[in-house]
Amino acid sequence: MPTKIEKDAVTGTDTTGHEWDGIKELNTPLPKWWLYTLYATIVWGVIWMILYPSVPLGGTYFKGLLGYSERQNIETALKQAADQRAPMMAKLAETPIDDVQKNPELATFALTGGRAVFNDNCAPCHGVGGSGRPGGFPVLADDDWLWGGTRAAIQQTVTHGIRNGGADARDSAMPRFGADGLLTPAQISDVADYVLALGTPAGTALSDAAKRGAVVFGEQCVACHGAKGEGLKDLGGPRLSDAIWLYGGDKASLVKQISAPRQGVMPAWSGRLTEAQIKMVTLYVHSLGGGQ
Amino acid sequence: MADQPVARTAAKPASLHPDGSDPVLSAKQQRETLKSAGDSLYANRVKVYPKAVSGPARQVKWAILIFCLAVYYLVPWLRWDRGPGLPNQAILLDLDGRRGYFFGLEIWPQEIYYLTGLLILAAVALFLVTSLFGRLWCGYSCPQTVWTDLYLWVERRIEGDRNARMRLDQAPWSASKWGKKLLKHAIWLVIALATGGAWIMYYQDAPTVTRQFFTGEAGGTTYFFVGLFTATTYVLAGWAREQVCTYMCPWPRFQAAMLDEQTLIVTYQKWRGEPRGKHKAGDPWDGRGDCIDCKQCVAVCPTGIDIRDGVQLECINCGLCADACDEVMSKVDRPKGLITWDTLAHQQAKAAGKEAKYKFFRARTFIYVAALVILSAVMLWGLLSRATTEITVLRDRAPLFVGLSDGSIRNAYTLKIINKQRDAQDFTLSVTGLPGADLAVRGQDDSELSAEKLVLPADTVSTIRLFVKAPKAQLQQERLSVTVAVKNSKTGERAAAETLFIGPPVP
Repeated sequence: MPTKIEKDAVTGTDTTGHEWDGIKELNTPLPKWWLYTLYATIVWGVIWMILYPSVPLGGTYFKGLLGYSERQNIETALKQAADQRAPMMAKLAETPIDDVQKNPELATFALTGGRAVFNDNCAPCHGVGGSGRPGGFPVLADDDWLWGGTRAAIQQTVTHGIRNGGADARDSAMPRFGADGLLTPAQISDVADYVLALGTPAGTALSDAAKRGAVVFGEQCVACHGAKGEGLKDLGGPRLSDAIWLYGGDKASLVKQISAPRQGVMPAWSGRLTEAQIKMVTLYVHSLGGGQ
Repeated sequence: MADQPVARTAAKPASLHPDGSDPVLSAKQQRETLKSAGDSLYANRVKVYPKAVSGPARQVKWAILIFCLAVYYLVPWLRWDRGPGLPNQAILLDLDGRRGYFFGLEIWPQEIYYLTGLLILAAVALFLVTSLFGRLWCGYSCPQTVWTDLYLWVERRIEGDRNARMRLDQAPWSASKWGKKLLKHAIWLVIALATGGAWIMYYQDAPTVTRQFFTGEAGGTTYFFVGLFTATTYVLAGWAREQVCTYMCPWPRFQAAMLDEQTLIVTYQKWRGEPRGKHKAGDPWDGRGDCIDCKQCVAVCPTGIDIRDGVQLECINCGLCADACDEVMSKVDRPKGLITWDTLAHQQAKAAGKEAKYKFFRARTFIYVAALVILSAVMLWGLLSRATTEITVLRDRAPLFVGLSDGSIRNAYTLKIINKQRDAQDFTLSVTGLPGADLAVRGQDDSELSAEKLVLPADTVSTIRLFVKAPKAQLQQERLSVTVAVKNSKTGERAAAETLFIGPPVP
């Protein structure tokens, strides 16, 4: 409570009568309109609370007279966005994959959307930007393809997947040459040496082991990997004469792969993504740098 | 509000003398009286009725007022031919098109630092002027002052000068009082609307938006902002007036830091004026000061203060009190300048009977001038060396690099290339710092482009994908610094950006 109001000697202003440890407060009044502004904001706040969702009521809450809902707004906004995209999506669905490029606007739309679809669905295995992952998840940004890198081939792979048991899925199997006793460990070692030599420049002299391996390769491997290890995309037979290896390119990895091959599985996306979305993601993957 | 009854009687000039004269207390004194009557924490507004005054300060104030208003209202109508398809308004901030046009200069959004620079320049200039001449800005060119002055002029034309206005406010409501008040507010609102309308013209083509405004075709945003600026002009210049300066504006609170004893400010020459008192014609002037306590300085003050109390935060340094005092001094045949621009140091010297010197060059003014010169030079250099082509390189982080089937390594980049010129231009794209590099360029729609002849459309930012491939044998380091450059095939103008080429660890 104010005790003693006195005049401050320096400023000539009254004190409020409040004193703390000898410090006295000058009475410098705020203007009244300032106070009324404060009252107005309080009234404004009350009106706001009545109009908009505000008070928690146990399991529910006071919904406000305007029926405003942020959740609903987001749903409306998402629907609006989908409606806006609908004509382009429809156009994309009816355009053959190889013709999309002819319409730059449609192509830009597809690539932008394809990036989003890819990051939502494909990136967990293939990495953001198609960077791949160790252990059999192929890099999609390089120029090597197991099942073909044309737009049509990529679309086929995305639609039906690989080795997932589906009727139209890409399917191939490499025999377990070691585990099933089809080749002796020595033969496997020789073939691995030969496969390593496939990647060396032409004319490089083969070692004796590689020469022996070449014979075994000619008997066992050419059907899928080609006479010179150039691969067979129709069968998903990987190219062995390049610098790209799915399960490692050193001899130990090769021996392991020949003995008991690991083979990746990819789900079919036809039921999960719309046709337009599959086209989008196909074009995006094609654009990553290795599309043929 | 224990003080309400007292406040009411005192706030309204009930003490106005029957003959129409009034005892002229400054607003501050009146508030003091009200406050001690009841110790409220809140002060009633004491309405200020500034009296008309004439004199040099007033003349300058009119001139600056007319100049400022003319600039504000007329500048949007200036035209500037920029060629077909482009706005021909000299100053236009095209928010939709994301361009700022200032005569021959076109500012892009990423060049907003020019605005920052301009604001810093303005701030330093304000510091300099304030430290030299006090709050000239406040008294003469602040929009609050200019529009309040204009509104006061309207008020005086309709309701008369100080005493007439005070009597009118006290008088009971009559047809004539209603008429005057309605007319005044109507004219105020028209001025406010013109002010709000002119603001919009800086953001849209002036003739077009004016027509659209009256035909109802302008957008909701336009009507909203016109409404907003109309309302703020009307409320701030018509009603709030000096309250804005005293309570809302931060600048008065700073002024103590900006002023020093060498600053020329409007001051009352206490050494000459005191002791003050009434003076009858013919009485001797010996043994008394020149101030005859006529309180004309208080009556004309737009913020309602008594300048004789010394420097105070409410003082906007407009000098109207000096004009009023000079008029009185010449009437009583004393020298002018009892209230005038003077420095505190000068005054102290004069009071002590010493010779006084003005000192404009002080450490602070020197620093402000130096800052102004340096900043202006930097801005000018920035404007003159402004490039019409710019390139930004965003390196792909996933994957960091790609090993290709022939064993070479490839990195991918997204380029943003700005062509600020008015037509499409041919560029050559090159990467230096990486021997044997092979470039592949693709558009945003994955179309193939040529690095030798890269056509960039006019006045846009183009997004381009760049794939750089290099033989592994060339990569002596895991991270190589490379430069991506574009060169205008015709003009030879070049823009470049540094980036990295990353490969596998080198054994």
